[in-house]
Amino acid sequence: MLDKNGIAKRIAQEVQNGFYVNLGIGIPTLVANYVREDIEVEFQSENGVLGMGPFPFEGEEDADLINAGKQTITALPGASFFDSSMSFSMIRGKHIHLTILGAMEVAENGDIANWKIPGKMVKGMGGAMDLVASADNIIVAMMHTNKRGESKILKKCSLPLTGVGCVTKVVTNLAVLEVRNNAFHLLERAPGVSVEEIQKATEGTLVVNGEIPEMYI
Amino acid sequence: MINKTVNNVQEALEGVQNAMTLMLGGFGLSGIPENAISELVKRKVTDLTCISNNAGVDDFGLGLLLQQKQIKKMISSYVGENDEFERQMLSGELEVELTPQGTLAEKCRAAQAGFPAFYTPAGYGTEVAEGKETREFDGKMYVLEPAFKADFAFVKAWKGDAAGNLVFKGTARNFNPNMCGAATITVAEVEELVPVGALDPNNIHIPGVFIQRIFQGENYEKRIEQRTIRQRS
Repeated sequence: MLDKNGIAKRIAQEVQNGFYVNLGIGIPTLVANYVREDIEVEFQSENGVLGMGPFPFEGEEDADLINAGKQTITALPGASFFDSSMSFSMIRGKHIHLTILGAMEVAENGDIANWKIPGKMVKGMGGAMDLVASADNIIVAMMHTNKRGESKILKKCSLPLTGVGCVTKVVTNLAVLEVRNNAFHLLERAPGVSVEEIQKATEGTLVVNGEIPEMYI
Repeated sequence: MINKTVNNVQEALEGVQNAMTLMLGGFGLSGIPENAISELVKRKVTDLTCISNNAGVDDFGLGLLLQQKQIKKMISSYVGENDEFERQMLSGELEVELTPQGTLAEKCRAAQAGFPAFYTPAGYGTEVAEGKETREFDGKMYVLEPAFKADFAFVKAWKGDAAGNLVFKGTARNFNPNMCGAATITVAEVEELVPVGALDPNNIHIPGVFIQRIFQGENYEKRIEQRTIRQRS
């Protein structure tokens, strides 16, 4: 079974040379730490920076330089700043190759819910609705089950949706799943996790074809 | 040169009244019009509708207006990290219209650019699209979103001149340029009001035509919401 860093490490393998990538808040932010160093990648943060770098050294924090999670960051050589409208032109206009974000629920038809729990928690969608409505390549980073052990990989989302039919891949603490033809196709198992355990933790339709390899982390 | 300078924040907020709709730049606490917010608190104007990506934190930014219950309605994309906001929203004291971030920016820009509305794919199939016109283009569904209408836009820039030309810094730019000229009156506060001619026309982010009033801001706190650092190895 993977922890949050393990999930981020596995997702980092999906990042290819020449990609512009938008990372969501939470586990997706960690992905930047594990991207291969021999490829050229630029991270976009929707509050207005392309070419985002690591956190600053102590004493070098700048209130005018933050990411979408409001954390202080740095800008790498070649970086650019822009306004919010232009930022979403990059996103809506499909100039960003890969979007990685967290979710509370994902459904077998590719629906995603991650912004609201009616009556309990309303933080807002931020840029997530724009991202999932436009990106062709959307990877969700999440835990397979909630704290009560109930599946978050569902036939149908129960929470208010963020987007419809948009998720292409899900990486959880248990598995890598591809979302197509109204089903979750099991691609890889997390280290030490059996197909049966994944089956048990998945409420949505799970397609298991042949021998399922263990992830290489 | 048409001079847009006003002497201070009091003059800059002349005409702000109860029940008005205000746009306020900033993302989190970065690039917020701190001086205008302080003055709104002092003036005790109420029943405001505020268009701003976030609602500040409990004791800073728009959180200061929330504390005094000056806001009737918030139009934002993300409102976490603010307990008083959550309390007022869940109790029904505060009306909240959550809007996808890109849509929020574009509703500002549309107002600035003279578009009455635009189609966006964001929010299609979700509760954000409920009651809105939808339309298919090239096999994909889109939602019709109207431009914002606002009485005042309060923006904050790094540098500006008397002509109203503005330059922003880093990610403090965010929604500020999109709100310039998107309201009846746009008020710009700047960290540094420079002499006309000091800004290179090639490097101006927002031309002065979009600005009605500009003033030299004071006492910027520029609070950091999430201070994250890495260790020197």
